[in-house]
Amino acid sequence: MSEATAHAAGHQHTAPTGFMRKYIFSVDHKVIGLQYYGLGLVAVLIGMVLSWLMRLHLGWSTLAIPGLEKLSPAGAPGNVMTPEYYLSLMTMHGTIMVFFVLTNAPFSGFGNYFLPIQVGAADMAFPRMNMMSFWVTLTSFLVLMAAFFVPGGPPLSGWTAYAPLSAVGQAAGPGQGLGQSLWGLSIAIFCVGQLLGSLNFIATTLDLRTKGMSLARLPFSTWAWFITSVIGLMAFAVLLPACILLILDRTAGTSFFIPAGLVINDQLQPHAGGSPLLWQHLFWFFGHPEVYIAILPAIGIVSHILPAFMRKPLLGPRVLVGCIASIGFLSYMVWGHHMFVSGMNPFSAILFSVPTLVITIPATIATLLWIGSVYGARIRFTTASLFCLGFVSVFISGGISGFFLAQPSIDTYLHATYFVVAHFHFVMGVAAIFAIFAGTYFWMPKMVGRMMNETLGKIHFWLTFVGVYCIFMPMHYLGLAGNVRRYAAFTDDFLAPLIPVHQFITIAALVTGAAQLIFVFNLIWSRFRGPKASDNPWEATSLEWSTATPPPFDNFGGKQLVVHQEAYLYGVEGASADYIMQTSPETVKTS
Amino acid sequence: MEVSAGHGHAGLMEESPYGIPSGKLAMWCFVLSDAVTFSAVLFAYGYLRVGSPDWSTPFVFVPSILNGLVMTFVLLTSGLTMLAAVEAAKAGRTAAGTRWLWATCVLGALFAAMHLMEWRHMIEEGWRLFQNPLGGAVQFGAAFFSVTGLHLLHVVGGVVALAIMALGLRSGKYNRIDVEITGIYWHFVDLVWMFVFPLIYLMNAK
Amino acid sequence: MGKAFGVVLTIITLVSTAVFIFHGNLLWLPVDASAHGHGVDHQLMETMYGSGFLFVLSQLLLGLFVWQSSSRKEGWKYKTFPGGAKPMVVLAIVLVGIEILALSFVGSKVWAGIYLTPAEPQALPIDVQAGQFAFYFRYAGVDGKFGGLHPDKIDEGSGNFFGLDPRNDEAARDDVVTASLVIPVNRPISLTMHSKDVIHSFYVRELRIQQDIVPGLMIPLHFTATKTGRFEIVCTQLCGLGHYQMKAYLEVKSQDEFDQWLKQQEAAQ
Repeated sequence: MSEATAHAAGHQHTAPTGFMRKYIFSVDHKVIGLQYYGLGLVAVLIGMVLSWLMRLHLGWSTLAIPGLEKLSPAGAPGNVMTPEYYLSLMTMHGTIMVFFVLTNAPFSGFGNYFLPIQVGAADMAFPRMNMMSFWVTLTSFLVLMAAFFVPGGPPLSGWTAYAPLSAVGQAAGPGQGLGQSLWGLSIAIFCVGQLLGSLNFIATTLDLRTKGMSLARLPFSTWAWFITSVIGLMAFAVLLPACILLILDRTAGTSFFIPAGLVINDQLQPHAGGSPLLWQHLFWFFGHPEVYIAILPAIGIVSHILPAFMRKPLLGPRVLVGCIASIGFLSYMVWGHHMFVSGMNPFSAILFSVPTLVITIPATIATLLWIGSVYGARIRFTTASLFCLGFVSVFISGGISGFFLAQPSIDTYLHATYFVVAHFHFVMGVAAIFAIFAGTYFWMPKMVGRMMNETLGKIHFWLTFVGVYCIFMPMHYLGLAGNVRRYAAFTDDFLAPLIPVHQFITIAALVTGAAQLIFVFNLIWSRFRGPKASDNPWEATSLEWSTATPPPFDNFGGKQLVVHQEAYLYGVEGASADYIMQTSPETVKTS
Repeated sequence: MEVSAGHGHAGLMEESPYGIPSGKLAMWCFVLSDAVTFSAVLFAYGYLRVGSPDWSTPFVFVPSILNGLVMTFVLLTSGLTMLAAVEAAKAGRTAAGTRWLWATCVLGALFAAMHLMEWRHMIEEGWRLFQNPLGGAVQFGAAFFSVTGLHLLHVVGGVVALAIMALGLRSGKYNRIDVEITGIYWHFVDLVWMFVFPLIYLMNAK
Repeated sequence: MGKAFGVVLTIITLVSTAVFIFHGNLLWLPVDASAHGHGVDHQLMETMYGSGFLFVLSQLLLGLFVWQSSSRKEGWKYKTFPGGAKPMVVLAIVLVGIEILALSFVGSKVWAGIYLTPAEPQALPIDVQAGQFAFYFRYAGVDGKFGGLHPDKIDEGSGNFFGLDPRNDEAARDDVVTASLVIPVNRPISLTMHSKDVIHSFYVRELRIQQDIVPGLMIPLHFTATKTGRFEIVCTQLCGLGHYQMKAYLEVKSQDEFDQWLKQQEAAQ
């Protein structure tokens, strides 16, 4: 082994001193993980407020919302949202949630904090590059936020930014000037940050595992973070040039995505020869793996947490890892299912539909493994385990609607309706968020040294679990009735009778949103007043529980861990306790 | 007590499945990612080319293709000098390694200079990102400048990295592994050119 | 807690499913007014039954197992699911695999019938243009020929939505331009769709048909309406601030009424 096998430990032989080094420009993966998580928290609160504004407008389209005019005089004269401002808020809601919450928190947040610890390393393979990846991501966020405050406001083309609407510039509408360019720039910067992060995760998982931590003994969360990094490496690599080409179309007069002869606002556009479908191919080649980047860490986290509260191993652990890997692999073959009616060759719809349906198989296996694991268990009901069980339920709900949309003959009716909105919110906006909640309640004690309040947590869970079903289940019905999505108001004949359903959803959304404030309060309150956490409050087995709470700067206090066990030895017959930690050398006679 | 992962303490850690240092692994991953980026841009080029009935093929043998061939020769030679640099560094011959690194750096800079000269020639003829002086598809200019521009950016970045590496090898700041890592990057840049040259130049020869 | 989870999940499952089943006329598929519509509806219903069954089963099983777990005492020795992971893998591959194959096989035929077959030769050709934020429709007129399209000649103010050039283009002189899509019932219709600015989409719920209209492309779409009446055509691809209002009416008339209407339109040119 050469002298440069791993640099990680070599960087942090002494603890950092000074406020800046410790908390701001830190190379410690734990601090970076918390920074990412904090960014995710800020982003989700902004994204949630945006959703409230959207839902209020959809339920009552002439409603005057106090304060809205201050945020945007042009977008909400007299505090009443204009249709274009609705679309802008919707665009920002989607962009913030997908990138800065769902790609950020379960992956960059928890992954940065716990991957090195779970493999037994003192830090990530490249701590300085790790620090850089956070600051790049934060820069990306700030550039995006700037779009709220520039003339014209945020873009209105959706988080999918289809060309030519996104590419022709100001002529296409408010927000399509500087706002859209800032969007493109922000996302391009985000891609760079993600790529840097992926390099770190991959190198750390492969090279920095401590003695005895073979790949087979890795926890599910580490496997998921590792596989997600590999997917991200190739997905963000396509979004980056796509955004650059979009920016070129907008600012340098190119026509990658803009065909000839467009007349916008009575003006003939000077572009020629480009293809709007090219943007869609590039975007969705990234976009589909992206949604799996959002859900796979969630699957890993939930699978990691459940055994600790069932006091039994998960059914079929190797099969589960195989499912995660095969979902990741298949995710590259299905992007066209977002484009069934896009104008691309209809024959390719059939080709894309098959792998899309095939992904159902590993997803079903994983779901059955969870349900089968709960069979015959005695569950310790904590907020963390409740959110894991809730995850399984909403993952089923979201997955089932996907089964409809995967078939082109059905998609011809359901495309661009609220059925799609219901589907992706269930899997991303609910399931992945549930995993973030589960991870928070589970790991916060380890990260800050204090337990979160369980009573508040359970209230949070129940309100949220019932609330999300009240919000998103009715959207399926709306979709089946043909309720089109991305509409600022419902003026069509067939939509007017559906408005009461929207009002119901809005009320549910506001109540559920309010319940999240319980979570935020719990986080902050517990940080300072929560009971002190022991090193292993959940009696769990993986390496993060075999070090101090919170872990010292080099994770294990100078000790070199040796791993003797696989990751989920709960309830082993004949063992000295009902769990065997990974570092324990105990051998149990098996019959 | 110091934590020392690696640095010869192989018994304290699991073997890396690929048996290579993390820096090299990261560079391979970066190369994989960057290859996908170039593939995306080349895909865009191909998609637009196939969809344009009036695609131009303006490259005459002299000067365009000939220039391209010389540039290709220069870049391939720089690949050889890079190999020599890596071999020298591995064998501990630091001075020779430094010299070969400088040679690679100079050849890379020569490639970039020839490329920029060619760009100037095209621009003088009226080619722009959005303009085709021959009256055909304007996508030609967009594809040409963006694909070659992306590659040129990588070449310039590589030239800078090579210079830093040459200086650092001499001063002892960088070691043979760092040279190898730079070599992986440089060979990748070379490899991309071997796609760009046929797809952009040869396919659009008159 | 476990019992509560089981109960709540069961209620959620049953209520959700009940609304799907006892939906009334409000939250459901509109009337099927298209020749290919029954294929789409059939596919939808088959999928609904299959996935509805799996939805109810899996949620109730989850709820049941969680309920059971809560009545066990501390120190309970856990049970492993009989057979371990293998039945899960087999069940998923076989059950889902069969469903996928069946649905794909039938579904591709439905899809191909709409999008991969050419319009019948006697189909009535109609030109459709989408633009921010309206649809316009064009009939070939007495000469049976469509005039050429010239984007530089588009002038909404004077009603030249398509950019026709009747002065220099004979075929354009008798083209009939309308803001509603009027068609005869039970007659194949062949649309050619194009956009003047950004991507729009053509969606008629009752026809069970949807197709994006992409600038730079001429997109064919064909169907046969089987019921007379008035239906809404709405835009489903985000096209700007007026997206939510962008619509037109599809009027399906009897053959006689349509012929009369068309004669009137042609006379007015």
